[in-house]
Amino acid sequence: MLDPKQVDHVATLARLALSDAEKQAMGESLAQILAHFEELEGLDTSDVEPTAQVIPLPNVLREDVVEPSLPAADVLANAPRQEAGHLAVPAVLPEEQGA
Amino acid sequence: MATQAGTKYRTVIGLEVHAQLSTASKMFCGCSSDYATAEANTHVCPVCMGMPGVLPVMNRMAVEKTILTGLALGCEIPGFAKFDRKNYAYPDLMKWYQISQYDMPLCVEGSLDVEVEGETQRIGITRVHLEEDTAKMIHATGEAGDEVSLIDANRSGTPLMEIVSEPDMTSPDEARAYLVALRNILLYLGVSEASMQHGQFRCDANISVWPGDTPMGDVKVEIKNMNSFRAVQRALAFEEVRLREYWDEHGEMPVQETRGWVEGTGRTVSQRTKEHSHDYRYFPEPDLPPLTVDREWVERIRADMPQLPEQVRARLVGEVGLRPDDAAQFINDRDLLLFFESAAAGYEDRQRLANRVLNDLVRELRDADKTVADSPVSPEGLVELLELEDAGKVNRKMGAEIFKQMVAGGCGAAAIAAETGEQISDEEELLEIVRSAISENPQAVADYNAGKQQAVGFLVGQVMKATRGRADPGAAGGLLRAELGAAD
Repeated sequence: MLDPKQVDHVATLARLALSDAEKQAMGESLAQILAHFEELEGLDTSDVEPTAQVIPLPNVLREDVVEPSLPAADVLANAPRQEAGHLAVPAVLPEEQGA
Repeated sequence: MATQAGTKYRTVIGLEVHAQLSTASKMFCGCSSDYATAEANTHVCPVCMGMPGVLPVMNRMAVEKTILTGLALGCEIPGFAKFDRKNYAYPDLMKWYQISQYDMPLCVEGSLDVEVEGETQRIGITRVHLEEDTAKMIHATGEAGDEVSLIDANRSGTPLMEIVSEPDMTSPDEARAYLVALRNILLYLGVSEASMQHGQFRCDANISVWPGDTPMGDVKVEIKNMNSFRAVQRALAFEEVRLREYWDEHGEMPVQETRGWVEGTGRTVSQRTKEHSHDYRYFPEPDLPPLTVDREWVERIRADMPQLPEQVRARLVGEVGLRPDDAAQFINDRDLLLFFESAAAGYEDRQRLANRVLNDLVRELRDADKTVADSPVSPEGLVELLELEDAGKVNRKMGAEIFKQMVAGGCGAAAIAAETGEQISDEEELLEIVRSAISENPQAVADYNAGKQQAVGFLVGQVMKATRGRADPGAAGGLLRAELGAAD
């Protein structure tokens, strides 16, 4: 069972609102996942090259060529709310801006 | 490294610069990267919109421009690079993760030499990596009267290069010098438009202050929201004083935090506690194969390296023969440099040309509220004017007047000179005017005869006035002296 505070923290990062029952269930399944990785850590990988990617294709690049985009109406089609050609979301304060 | 003069403290500054790369298309899809002029959400596709199941593919131009930048900064280009997901939830991030580079960036361990108060300082470059930009958010009142953020995904997924310095700077002045030098390099390389005002060149600063010579920890303050070189310098200067005072009072650095620069008040204000990097839960981007960067590729990129600012400076002083101060002005204004170089192709006296560009052109454009890029006078137009002056068809004063008209009306120098009349150098014509100046100004003649040489200057002024500036002042002066001497 994962520490409830850790469950809360992960839920906050993922912007998920969980009920107490869901938190309980999440705590249990996350604990199982972590246990699985702990098991993997027991393996001897000293002879194995670190792998960042399983696709055996390096250097897949495209030339810098512009291709058609989607019509704006399609881009916004699934948005719960749109205004003046924009997606509209509840206000976020500018000073909280990320990246 | 010593503490700053007059204090017992040492300031430590590191800078993170985000520069938008000049590419036609986005980083991982073929949408146009022009977000500045396009209508909202018209340069968007499932990839940059963050739809599930799509496949991003790297833009070769963006990768190569990043490597070129690394090479210009003396970086090592590791043979292997990969992209990672940086996870955070924010409305301007369409996928809720940003594709960035975490532990294996394209370029590492370079440096940049900057000059501060005549001394050269070497600033270490930790890394140069490639990532994608976020969407733009506009804060507005919605149709329902509530406060909303409006999202335009045109910028989402455009290529962004991050250049991280070592914490090697020790003053706000040095930080500014670093930014100016770095921006010049990006402009000379042609990898970015790098306008701070337009958000193409953004800077976040880290600053800490320590008593004595050695930092006692890695606590620092991060400053954001600085939109000009001057803002960076002012924000760091403000923060340096604040941190010294905090040390005086508390004997330690304040808790690590992010602060925002407020231009209007000239102060920084606390924003939010800096997230710990593990909250971003970086992991290798599964949709992008890694990059193998072999020597051959690097050398091919290096072969296209244009002249860098320091090389151009050396050429302007050495080969072209300009004064170092003038060369420095050209280095810091690329458009002005291009104007000068284009004009210099057709004009021999380079220093004279430089003077006219740096003085007359800069002043007239500023007065007309225009930039060099949209100058109504072409380099060839300026050369035409200088040649008219050299040929004695117009004098320097007329030249200045004609130049004003060229900036105002866009007409050529010869056409304007033909309309206003050329310089009067004809001896007979001038002599008549000189004689009447002498007869109308007996006091000046008396002064001259009493030994006041400057009386000639006054009389030349009278000749210029009578001809509305068109007389050849050299010839008029000579005739005046001859006439005054003859009258003795």
